[in-house]
Amino acid sequence: MVSASGGANAVGAKVVRVVPNPAGKAPSEETSVRFRISNLNFFYGPKQAVFDVNLNIPTGKITALIGPSGCGKSTFLRTLNRMNDTIRNSHWTGSILLDDQDITKIDVVGLRRRVGMVFQRPNPFPKSVYDNVAYGLRVNGHQGRLSDLVEHSLRRAALWDEVKDHLHKSALALSGGQQQRLCIARALAVDPEVLLLDEPCSALDPVSTAKIEELMFQLKDGCTMVIVTHNMQQAARASEFTAFMLEGRLIEHSETSRLFTTPRDPRTEAYITGRFG
Amino acid sequence: MASNVSAAAHAPRPLRVRALVRRLADGDAVAHIVTLTFAASIILITSLLVYQLWIHSADSRKAFGWHFWTNSTWDPVFEHFGALPFIFGTVVTSAIALMIALPLGLAAAIFLAELAPRPVSDAISFLIDLLAAVPSVIYGLLGIFVVVPLMRTVIGPLLKDTLGFLPIFRGPNYGLGLLTASIVLSIMVVPYIISVSREILLTVPRDQREAALALGATRWEATWKVVVPYARAGIMGSGFLALARALGETMAVTMVIGNAAVISTSLFSPADTIASMLANQFSEATGTIYLSALIELGLVLFLITFILNGAARLLILATERGGGHAA
Amino acid sequence: MNGFRLRWRKSINILMLTLTGVAALSVVSVLFLILGYLIWNGGKSLSWDFFTHLPAPVGESGGGMANAIVGSIKLLVLAALFGLPIGLIGGIYLAEFGGKTFSFVVRYTTDLLNGVPSIVMGIFAYSLVVVPMKHFSTLAGGFALGVMVIPITLRSSEEFLRAVPGSMREGALALGASKWRTIASVVLPAAKGGIVTGMLLALARVAGETAPLLFTAFGNQFWSPGWTQPIASLPVMIYTYAISAYPDWHRQAWAAGLILLGLVLLANIGTRAALNRGGADRSV
Repeated sequence: MVSASGGANAVGAKVVRVVPNPAGKAPSEETSVRFRISNLNFFYGPKQAVFDVNLNIPTGKITALIGPSGCGKSTFLRTLNRMNDTIRNSHWTGSILLDDQDITKIDVVGLRRRVGMVFQRPNPFPKSVYDNVAYGLRVNGHQGRLSDLVEHSLRRAALWDEVKDHLHKSALALSGGQQQRLCIARALAVDPEVLLLDEPCSALDPVSTAKIEELMFQLKDGCTMVIVTHNMQQAARASEFTAFMLEGRLIEHSETSRLFTTPRDPRTEAYITGRFG
Repeated sequence: MASNVSAAAHAPRPLRVRALVRRLADGDAVAHIVTLTFAASIILITSLLVYQLWIHSADSRKAFGWHFWTNSTWDPVFEHFGALPFIFGTVVTSAIALMIALPLGLAAAIFLAELAPRPVSDAISFLIDLLAAVPSVIYGLLGIFVVVPLMRTVIGPLLKDTLGFLPIFRGPNYGLGLLTASIVLSIMVVPYIISVSREILLTVPRDQREAALALGATRWEATWKVVVPYARAGIMGSGFLALARALGETMAVTMVIGNAAVISTSLFSPADTIASMLANQFSEATGTIYLSALIELGLVLFLITFILNGAARLLILATERGGGHAA
Repeated sequence: MNGFRLRWRKSINILMLTLTGVAALSVVSVLFLILGYLIWNGGKSLSWDFFTHLPAPVGESGGGMANAIVGSIKLLVLAALFGLPIGLIGGIYLAEFGGKTFSFVVRYTTDLLNGVPSIVMGIFAYSLVVVPMKHFSTLAGGFALGVMVIPITLRSSEEFLRAVPGSMREGALALGASKWRTIASVVLPAAKGGIVTGMLLALARVAGETAPLLFTAFGNQFWSPGWTQPIASLPVMIYTYAISAYPDWHRQAWAAGLILLGLVLLANIGTRAALNRGGADRSV
């Protein structure tokens, strides 16, 4: 699991080794980059929601997206796995490269297997716990025994002990926090390279939130993560890089510790000190 | 395709990306086409229906033209076909049925939507929905063995005693006839008026009611003077719907109406509606003109119900959009 | 506002409350009246013979309606085979794929079909099936009933499919499932309770239809082998026996009526209860 993240095997990665970032710099050409987003503009019909965003998502790290509600961070996130394709009349311009492949040129189904998503409200299927986790595996084809893979994912999501005797009970019988961890397990089962999390804890209690943050930390080595959150403390705790968006624009993006202590842009400072949002 | 590249790139990962991925994408296109075809078949079937009605009635339309509708002689033997008696029967039975059912149904709907406590209203509405599910032939069964004797022994004599001077209550009373059919029809149609009107009344915004009550109106006044007028168009729509159903009602009517192609001033007289005579005569029809005339009647029945249903839907939509002003 | 006028208005209020209540209750009482008569008259005539024997020759007493019961079942099977798939798959199209104008046309046409009087449906089946075959048949009756099943099934299928939350669809898509896969493995299973009840209700509705069978399936004193012969059915038997002159046949008509109504009501109440317990949307 703790392989050189992306490293030797990812086609098109710029550099083999991971170089620690000098303080004050955003992920540069020397770091392995999973997603390379350039000049992204997103439109819902005639209304523009994202303006000219340029952003690199470094491999094996947790990147947080913060900003006031309506700033476009969820829209941006959903573009990464082309989830917005399901919204009629939406379109975007610019380029998004996953491991230097243009995501519009690869098959969308394959893209979504590689880039998983956890949603704001837990959305388990009305099936058993087992069938939920197995769903992605069954749909995408898998190697190895199904039950082993299911157990593996549930362990990765720190849910195995709680559900191992109830695998065939309905997923809807679990608590909110458990359901969300189940959704994480379900997403992990297909072994994505990137996991997109859209405010995964906003519907959960503090204890469940803490469990999930801990989870993310354990997972990040094998799986790049991008988390949208409106909870700044969460961003500060859990992520290594943070991007701040405001009104559809990317204002600042750098190492989390630096962004929160010495933000470069006055708007960033205003947001993180709570003056608005 | 890119899928091969991905496969190589992620080979160490436990999951292999299937080359099937391409096939899955096509699967979506296939699913779209298949479901679309099934949906389109409905359009096909309906068009076929109209087409069949049209061409099979051609002989009759050509032979009789507009006189078909003004002639009151229905003579299969000499192949003179005039549909007036059936129009008469249809119009009279439907009109009387609605005269009975509309006030009754509206009153019940008002009770259920405005005045009754919710659990009572729900329970009674459920039972009334069950009433709507009762097959027509069962209504006919009760019509023959309950309503007809009642008409012959109780209702008929009562009407004759009190209102016998009116031409509509003159003439011999055998129990079967226009009035009996109208009564049975009204019972069959009432559940539809109630359920549609009730729903319409429930969609009237609360603030309308509350504004009236806040002005010191009683519940009845608020209902009758504010809520019902607001829902006026929709209620009329429910009437149209009921009318459309009444026109198409076949079995119960044919079992109690007496099946005679006559036009009479007496409500006790046997008669026939378009639907009831079709039920009676269709399987016996010999000769192409006879059959063609029957199918022409079927075509007209279809057209009338089509227009009525369309009008009903528009009226109901009008109330849901903003109440009160339509028609 | 003087006291008298207020009291007058209040008594009108109470009067109207009572009158409208009486209206509602009297309508409801008709249901119990029907049930009462059927149970009283029909119950007396129910016997083992009723379910197992063929009709006796005209004028003779005894006999049963075994062929009509089997006939109704066969007709329902045909109606289900023809109408349910079209209704369901058409509903899937409208809920999951539909283009704006085409969907509107489909829905409008379905409503149109729904409003067609059942006797006209019989004429349609007659011209399409009976005329080419040159005789009445089970197929013709099954076709007429099948066409009637389509609009009911389509409307309820679409409704229950739409009720499945979009977040569930997105969850499946985000895992790399294609659209058809999502529909088949997530959306349909989630909606299946409502869809099945819609189908049962559609079948219960056409089971009681008589008019479309009068000149398609027509009727049969005996068993109807295969699918190309005329066939007896419960509703048509009720009709034929009720208008006849034989008291024995009248009794059997009551019994058949009781069975028919019993099944129809059972289907309606049962599905309603199942829907409520399942917590699904109980709209319309």
